[in-house]
Amino acid sequence: MSYSIQVKDLKLDFGAVSVLKTLNIDVAEGEFIVLLGPSGCGKSTLLNCLAGLLDITDGEIWIKGKNVTWAEPSERGIGMVFQSYALYPQMTVRGNLSFGLKNARMPKEEIDKRVARAAEILQIEPLLDRKPAALSGGQRQRVAIGRALVRDVDVFLFDEPLSNLDAKLRSELRVEIKRLHSRLNNTMVYVTHDQIEALTLADRIAVMRGGIIQQLAAPQEIYNRPANLFVAGFIGSPSMNFLHGATVDNGRAFQFGETKIDLSGYDGGAVLDRPRAILGLRPEHLLIQTEAEPGRTLPAVVEIDEPMGADSLVWLVAGGTQMSVRVPVERRLAPGTRVHLKVDISKASIFDTESEKRV
Amino acid sequence: MAEAVHPRGTKPRRRLSGRNIMLYGTLLVFSLYYILPLWVMVMTSLKGMPEVRLGNIFAPPVEITFEPWVKAWAEACTGLNCDGLSRGFWNSVRILIPSVILSIIVASVNGYALVNWRFKGSDVFFTILIFGSFIPYQVMLYPIVILLREMGLYGTLWGLVVVHTIFGMPILTLLFRNYFSSIPEELFKAARVDGAGFWGIYFRIMLPMSLPIFVVALILQVTGIWNDFLFGVVYTKPDLYPMTVQLNNIVNSVQGVKEYNVNMAATLLTGLVPLIIYFVSGKLFVRGIAAGAVKG
Repeated sequence: MSYSIQVKDLKLDFGAVSVLKTLNIDVAEGEFIVLLGPSGCGKSTLLNCLAGLLDITDGEIWIKGKNVTWAEPSERGIGMVFQSYALYPQMTVRGNLSFGLKNARMPKEEIDKRVARAAEILQIEPLLDRKPAALSGGQRQRVAIGRALVRDVDVFLFDEPLSNLDAKLRSELRVEIKRLHSRLNNTMVYVTHDQIEALTLADRIAVMRGGIIQQLAAPQEIYNRPANLFVAGFIGSPSMNFLHGATVDNGRAFQFGETKIDLSGYDGGAVLDRPRAILGLRPEHLLIQTEAEPGRTLPAVVEIDEPMGADSLVWLVAGGTQMSVRVPVERRLAPGTRVHLKVDISKASIFDTESEKRV
Repeated sequence: MAEAVHPRGTKPRRRLSGRNIMLYGTLLVFSLYYILPLWVMVMTSLKGMPEVRLGNIFAPPVEITFEPWVKAWAEACTGLNCDGLSRGFWNSVRILIPSVILSIIVASVNGYALVNWRFKGSDVFFTILIFGSFIPYQVMLYPIVILLREMGLYGTLWGLVVVHTIFGMPILTLLFRNYFSSIPEELFKAARVDGAGFWGIYFRIMLPMSLPIFVVALILQVTGIWNDFLFGVVYTKPDLYPMTVQLNNIVNSVQGVKEYNVNMAATLLTGLVPLIIYFVSGKLFVRGIAAGAVKG
């Protein structure tokens, strides 16, 4: 297997502050990797390191089998798209697209050919002679993508490219980026704090926090089997319900207050008996029903329900813990109703309270 | 009782409210205060000496004469030279042009490097540079005489150019640094990914976006250097005295009758260059100052 990008033991310190802590990532050719995390987690910093805009403290960066750790950004075979578009305001769209090629002293015919091709792919041909100020946000971001496209590189780096767009345009361009990826099939590294973008676009997601990669896996794996409490809480909206309790009976049951939940069918390792453990349940993996089933349900009281169009979100309190459950929108529940929540244990996650890791 | 008005549409404004009278009255008083000295100068410069002696300084001239202007420009004596202010004018021009160009080039590159190509100790460097602007000129006067003498530039026009360039550096660098730091960093990053280097980014990206701040720097330097008296009198010799020094020598000469009309004309002539610069580029100046002041 040939790797497109390899990051080996990358470290970055700003003075005494360690921003990136010994990162290792291998990106396969043509893979779409999303770096996801809250602000300040180091995802944009890592992207800047890959681009060569930041000098790293230790480690190596390989792109296309070449050690580019010390290479200039323009020598790395990358194209980059920025959040603020970063178009050169005094140049026309054509000037913006060809600036990098002119710097590389490419012959004029070749420049024209590449600009025309990029404009065709992104459907910005009518805009070529306009200045960026005369473009809408979506058009500007297309031009910014075009600037990476004309470079004809194997690796695209996106730094929150859709964050400055409104919701409708964002989803349109999201689809377009995905289409672009399937057409060009080059490697893409995409930074975002938006989990929808991450889940929809990525082949693999790297969830980051505090300069450390918490989990690097396919979107479904991250969603269904989060490696730790942070990933579980960060992915999913509304976020996963956490029940604090203990695992008992040789790891065969979860004790939550008075209620015992049977753990047979759990998708994970050996649960064992843990005096403090957390059961994580996603809102869509719970079922509201009126009758209790021992070992399968826990009692709860409805607080409010929030109809959201396609479905409805019901907020309940169970054993002092607030929980949310996704239900069909037709199902209306009056506040104060006593119900029982049926747990789908095969889709649940159990975390050790001490290590915060998934069992 | 007046008929009740049913409020609808644009709210009517009263023109002659007490507030407006106060406002415009104050403005009027202040504009008079500033315009009067100019009025006196222009009027006096257009009078002959007999009329000046009458002492009605506010009165317009009965008989308009441009004699004092001609004399101030071409005939007034300073020391041994009797070719008027024209000599000083051309000296000032010859000092001004290289000083302005050199100082703006160096300061803009300084500011650009300090923002976008930060190096180890760049903050310390900047602090020291800014600190320099707080030291009184008089402290450095004599040391610079020695420095210029050692470089063989003392008493030459180029010596003065060097001095002006150096003393313009702190404030100009600050100006450019602040302006460049208001340009989004991503633009700079994009240009680096596009393979542009230090000078490529400076000339192709930064310069075209920075016209307003260059105009501000130009105005600051032109007026500052044109109005300079101290450096001109200390670091040059009589043949090379700038216009301000020569004006002083004309106005303060103690021989003969005080020719007020010539003095006024000479002063107006000397002030003309900065005035013209302000009028021509005032709008750009305000815009640039505002832009440079956004970020500290």
